[in-house]
Amino acid sequence: MAESTILLEYVEKLKAENAGWITDFKDARGEVTITVPRQAIVDVCWVLKTKYDFNMLADLCGADKGPEDDPRFEVNYHLFSTKHYNRLRLKVLLSEDEPNVLSVVSVWKTANWHERETYDLFGIIFDNHPDLRRILLPSDFDGHALRKDYPLRGYEPYSLS
Amino acid sequence: MGLENAIFDSLPDVVTVKLDAVVNWARKSSLWPATFGLACCAIEMMNSVSARNDLSRFGAETFRASPRQADVMIVSGRVSRKMAPVLRRIYDQMPEPKWVISMGACATSGGVFDNYAIVQGVDKIVPVDVYIPGCPPRPEMLIHAIMMLQEKVMNESVKDRLDTFEAESRQSFVPGTLPVTEGTALERETEIEVADRQTSRPYTVPSRHEKRRSS
Repeated sequence: MAESTILLEYVEKLKAENAGWITDFKDARGEVTITVPRQAIVDVCWVLKTKYDFNMLADLCGADKGPEDDPRFEVNYHLFSTKHYNRLRLKVLLSEDEPNVLSVVSVWKTANWHERETYDLFGIIFDNHPDLRRILLPSDFDGHALRKDYPLRGYEPYSLS
Repeated sequence: MGLENAIFDSLPDVVTVKLDAVVNWARKSSLWPATFGLACCAIEMMNSVSARNDLSRFGAETFRASPRQADVMIVSGRVSRKMAPVLRRIYDQMPEPKWVISMGACATSGGVFDNYAIVQGVDKIVPVDVYIPGCPPRPEMLIHAIMMLQEKVMNESVKDRLDTFEAESRQSFVPGTLPVTEGTALERETEIEVADRQTSRPYTVPSRHEKRRSS
């Protein structure tokens, strides 16, 4: 089992910064996942980058837990530090009716394409994104392909099968 | 030198043959493929021109990077929906005579990728002359397909292979500005035409060659 005490220190530090930033955190198999309210994500990322040296956004991805669940979507931010080699995961939970979250392009430039991909495949809207277009699927594509309720063969008449 | 001298010594100065026979013989002996490697089948396609399989024995080893210089498009691999308009445009940029080989299960029918992202058979976009099964087909199968295509070429008429009309030829685009989905005026016309014919081919611009085949 990997050591996660160092990571839990970041949870305490963030709590000391602002108690409202952390709604929940989870320590599993040496990995720490912090659930952040969606209004606070940019501030949390900014503090983690500037103050605690998480200078790399290793990945940003979406997840769909199915149309029955509420909150239905989650956006995961995988942070990495090239200074002290720690990894941290942030999570934002979003409802189906309002899948909006603030863009973190202002913190890490690499988030640009990751957020476009998440928008493309899950329909999660990143507010203040400089260029929120589809990136993988054709721009006339109907729907968001990785949603659980998206049919495998796509919608007519787009499907050619 | 050697063989040529022997042939020309034994032949008269003037030989009369059918024009089709001569032209088709020349065409089938120099089928230049357009490089269109899309997936793992392209590895087998590359292998077929290598020393072991040596596609040049059949005159088809000169893979051209430009569609303007190619005769046969070997669609080797899965065609995604985003690639489909690009593939069609490259096909349209090839001058007549042109043929298409659909290589492998994915290009032929979508293969195992029965989903929203992959075109279920490249024949929904371009007219296909020879289909090759397999996942991926061995180089021998590609060579066999080329030989089948050569047989087919020998049975064609020169009149069937006139160049396309002015209206069908493509405008040129500044590199990097290829409108993948916005569509050209020609494609919009085609959409109307497709809608009239009630077919499910959003990217198809039927060439003269194809129109003749379907009629």
